[in-house]
Amino acid sequence: MADHHYDAIVVGSGISGGWAAKELTEKGLKVLLLERGRNIEHIKDYHNAHKEAWDYPHRGEPTRQMKADYPVLSRDYPLNEQTLGMWADEQANPYVERQRFDWFRGYHVGGRSLLWGRQSYRWSPADFEANQREGVAVDWPIRYEDLAPWYDYVERFAGIAGTREGLDILPDGEFLPPIPLNRVEKDVAARLEQSFGGRRHLIHSRVANITQPKPEQNRVNCQFRNKCWLGCPYGGYFSTQSATLPVAMATGNLTLRPFSIVTQVLYDKDRGRARGVEVLDAENGQTYEYTADVVFLNASTFNSTWVLMNSATDVWPGGLGSSSGELGHNVMDHHFRAGASGEIEGYRDTYYFGRRPAGFYIPRFRNVGDDRRDYLRGFGYQGSASRERWDREVAEVSHGAELKQALSQPGGWSIGMTAFGEMLPRHANRISLDHGVTDAWGLPVLAMDVGLGDNERAMRRDMVQDAVDMLEAAGVQNVTPEEGDYAPGMGIHEMGTARMGRDPATSVLNAHNQVWDAPNVYVTDGACMTSSSCVNPSLTYMALTARAVDHAVRELKRGNLA
Amino acid sequence: MNRRELLKMIAAATGTALVGGQALTAFASGRAEAVLTDEDVRLLDEVAETLLPRTDTPGAKDAEVGDFMRVFVRDCYTAEQQARFRDGIARVEAHSRAAHGVGFLALDAPRRGEVVAALDREARARMESEARARMESEARAQVETQSEPQGFTLIKQLTLFGFFTSKVGATEVLRYVAVPGHYDGNLAYEPGEPAWATT
Repeated sequence: MADHHYDAIVVGSGISGGWAAKELTEKGLKVLLLERGRNIEHIKDYHNAHKEAWDYPHRGEPTRQMKADYPVLSRDYPLNEQTLGMWADEQANPYVERQRFDWFRGYHVGGRSLLWGRQSYRWSPADFEANQREGVAVDWPIRYEDLAPWYDYVERFAGIAGTREGLDILPDGEFLPPIPLNRVEKDVAARLEQSFGGRRHLIHSRVANITQPKPEQNRVNCQFRNKCWLGCPYGGYFSTQSATLPVAMATGNLTLRPFSIVTQVLYDKDRGRARGVEVLDAENGQTYEYTADVVFLNASTFNSTWVLMNSATDVWPGGLGSSSGELGHNVMDHHFRAGASGEIEGYRDTYYFGRRPAGFYIPRFRNVGDDRRDYLRGFGYQGSASRERWDREVAEVSHGAELKQALSQPGGWSIGMTAFGEMLPRHANRISLDHGVTDAWGLPVLAMDVGLGDNERAMRRDMVQDAVDMLEAAGVQNVTPEEGDYAPGMGIHEMGTARMGRDPATSVLNAHNQVWDAPNVYVTDGACMTSSSCVNPSLTYMALTARAVDHAVRELKRGNLA
Repeated sequence: MNRRELLKMIAAATGTALVGGQALTAFASGRAEAVLTDEDVRLLDEVAETLLPRTDTPGAKDAEVGDFMRVFVRDCYTAEQQARFRDGIARVEAHSRAAHGVGFLALDAPRRGEVVAALDREARARMESEARARMESEARAQVETQSEPQGFTLIKQLTLFGFFTSKVGATEVLRYVAVPGHYDGNLAYEPGEPAWATT
């Protein structure tokens, strides 16, 4: 017996789940939004939003206890006192690393929409065509033109700051005024333009921070505090809490249920349709059934696939969507931590005011136009220039008033950038269920088996060398090549495992994000991605989700999902 | 500036990444009990004040840097790092007695300065020779080795970190604006004006 029936169920409340809930409720559907973790209320629950370093016992740094509790997070910057408690509990939610995989999860209402990097770029037409042209994996079932109006739509609502540049490789969008470059970055941009004959461009980051207020959403413009990850009391950046959830709530059509772990999609094999989902209440351990006409899986890339793997196993042992043999396969991330940094002479009469949540971006130029490399695809750079602070080398003085005086003033200018590289979809890169390891609720966990390939390794050489070349061409001094620790997952851009395609024999989802084997199940988070581009993916999830909801509601009205 | 850049800069200032910070993923070890005594904190306060004294603006003692070190060393350092930090304290005392015949706290400000300057020179020389050896061994063996900073370096590192991230250091020595409201990427700067405390 079902406990409740809704028109639609959305699993997961992060970036794509929030969008699904907003779009479905605005179209008049009664929606149940399920979230496995606790609730976080906008503003009220942003406990650290106004704190500074001195308000934390360890000034933000992790303690031994934190490192013991979060062994995966401690591999990188996300483990800190500021965001402690905003990442999934690693003791309660283990996973298996057949190869090292850094999985940084946000298990709470809003998910990683509260913690994301906010860089928001459109895919280019070439991104959607590359698989087919190069014979890689399978062809995307859609093209840029299919998504372009939906990019317009989500950009207008979310609010993306940026500049129109007229570049084929990075299509323009509906932008708010940009977050400014500083004087040094502008000069470096001009020198790059000159040195590379107009083929490489240093442009403003495009970020989901609003530079003009959105009173209709009760959002104040970005206040340049650069504290986005602590939750913004001004609603200065796009998150579920600041943007999509309030709109969905205002319709009166939304029910939000936190602490709800979806354990499977309930599959009606006679109709070949999902009839709802099974929920394990994370607090009381009880199991509930909720039914609906349509289900959206937005549980985050790997967890949406985890739900599919646990669904309809009486029909397909590998789970719903496994008939293609591709469920769980083709994991992608963006590989990064490869670039360069250096020092810039002069500009000692120039400083800046305010703390930007952004910097500059250098769009992909490799394998673009007539450029041909010994690897496929390419990469873009994110970076910034700033003046050095107290934590710099002052060789001349060891102590005393002189040291204090020197370190109290800004040092010289430095500039740095790291590339984000496209990772090819490879069947061998996969996640699978490991029934030998269970989480705090006795559920089987995921095992990760993902590695970089030759294409990525070859690309990384350019990611470093091109950065060095560009900085040197721009007159930067003491340029240092940088290649740091990177393992798959660290980019926090996990994609793939339930890819879209044109053929049910080789893909899990069709051109509208419907599971081939259950057309009233839509997957519109990172799981659906057929390739990864080199640009940050969240904006594309937003556009795909809005497009899929539009499709789902039209199909429901036509009776095609019943 | 993001955290990675911050840690990189600390590395530049002190010869290595901030010990106990995010760059090093040491596993939990050591006991969560007081590692530094009140006496240690008094000494650390004076070493810190020698490094960053009160002038027309507050100094390390005003920022209670010794107390901060006690908390940070207790909670963030591994047992091995704690031992090295304690060695650093012992080294300050030993050098003071060897050079001046009395402990650090009994010295006047100029002599404290001499001790700190000597320990700083010693630490820099050590890091330089280790860096050279590392480059040679990497060239030979193609392996990356990393040396751990020794006691005085740890004390200096936590002094700078503790001072400039304190409220006193950030708001009365550096400049701090809680809500900037806008960004100006071409602000005129006059020599002597303080740096921004937060990024």
